Amino acid sequence: MDEVAADTVAIIAKRLPADKRNLSMTDRLDDLGIDSFSAVEMIFDLEEKFDVQIPFNSNDSRPELQTVGDIVAAIKKLVRKA
Amino acid sequence: MAERVVVTGCGVISAIGHTLPSFWSNLVQGVSGIAEATVLPTDQLAQKIAAEVKDFKPQTYFDERQLVSLDRVAQFAVIAAREALAHAGLSLDHGLSERTATIIGTGVGGQNTQDDNYKRLYRESAKRLHPLTIPKLMVNAPASQVSMHCGLRGPAFAVASACASATHAIGLAFHLVRSGAVTCAVTGGADACLTFGTMKGWEAMRVMAPDTCRPFSRERKGLVIGEGAAAVVLESLDHARKRSAEIMGEIVGFGMSSDAHDLTSPDVGGMVRAIESSLADAGLSPDDIQYINAHGTGTAANDEVETNAIRRAFGPRAASLAISSNKSMLGHALGAAGALELVATVMSMKHAVVPPTINYLGPDPACDLDCVPNEARPLVIDAALSNSFAFGGLNAVLAVKRV
Repeated sequence: MDEVAADTVAIIAKRLPADKRNLSMTDRLDDLGIDSFSAVEMIFDLEEKFDVQIPFNSNDSRPELQTVGDIVAAIKKLVRKA
Repeated sequence: MAERVVVTGCGVISAIGHTLPSFWSNLVQGVSGIAEATVLPTDQLAQKIAAEVKDFKPQTYFDERQLVSLDRVAQFAVIAAREALAHAGLSLDHGLSERTATIIGTGVGGQNTQDDNYKRLYRESAKRLHPLTIPKLMVNAPASQVSMHCGLRGPAFAVASACASATHAIGLAFHLVRSGAVTCAVTGGADACLTFGTMKGWEAMRVMAPDTCRPFSRERKGLVIGEGAAAVVLESLDHARKRSAEIMGEIVGFGMSSDAHDLTSPDVGGMVRAIESSLADAGLSPDDIQYINAHGTGTAANDEVETNAIRRAFGPRAASLAISSNKSMLGHALGAAGALELVATVMSMKHAVVPPTINYLGPDPACDLDCVPNEARPLVIDAALSNSFAFGGLNAVLAVKRV
């Protein structure tokens, strides 16, 4: 795992109980029990860490941002742009 | 003995009208108050829309000397209270001023004052702030200014419960009049927090709609922040009859509850308890109600949970209720919302017409009640509820009846 991916996974893991922090790229945020406000806080942490803007509205169901891998891919894309 | 409590005057300043008649006429016509924001810089905001009080000129209502001590939120409160008192035709002589309460709900207080002054201090390195900074921004300033401008000398205080502030305020005023502690009350809510700092805070919550507010609709994308104020004059029925006042409607019940659950997520159990306790307080059964003025913020979560709460509290009766959200036109005026919506509910009863929920694109299976989409509807209403559910899990519901 490269540095961006590792940092991203660490920020996602921070939202989870200690025994659930061993994440794989295919884990779904819903299944991990990350609720909508926890997701909002996670997005904030990611924006602060990578100095990017992530368009995210908690009222939208976002099929493209459902797994840990989706988030990592989205962050990498934004970091490349920045 | 408990007094019966009636509404004898209403006043409004809102995104769709600066007076009660213009507000009501636009509400029934489904006029949207949501547009590109103009009272604050939007270049650094993701959502650039708001439900502003448009073309507002404070000098129309106050002289320069008065304006020095009035934040925008207090201006709105005083304007609404003055109209409500004039509408009620109440003269405060023979000791009535001392027996009239002033209870005004506000979510956050003088945000324009706070934002302007902090900007001067932090960004422009000002060495001093205006001497009235604190008394302008304090959360009780709207209540205090209403009492001063209208000459009301009875119990006066502010109520703060975020988006339910006005409903809690009106409910407490209802209790004071019902108990006989006061004869009249001027009560309602005001908010004016369309400032850069506050809007960045809302943006960070990721609950704001980029397009418009579509309560209960499919493809709803969240809430739109509004501003304004509404006030009502409450009065004991005896007192109103003695002076032959026009009675707009009767407040018959007030229900409150706390979720004790989550700071931001709505909770069906808390909503149900507030709805049920308002009905019990009013001595009404679900079958007595024809209309609910919904909290209806337009977020995915609120509208679905509120639908479930209404279903649970009303059972099979839920399917025959008309339910509409004024926030589709007014945006979410936060601490003012419950007062604007109570005025709308009372006017709906008085005129036998329900304002629509506009911007409706079609049904969402999670919100399968009749939300009076897009067009007002004639409806004889004997009794109705007005729902307010606040961040912090604080719920308040008023029950009203036609007299």
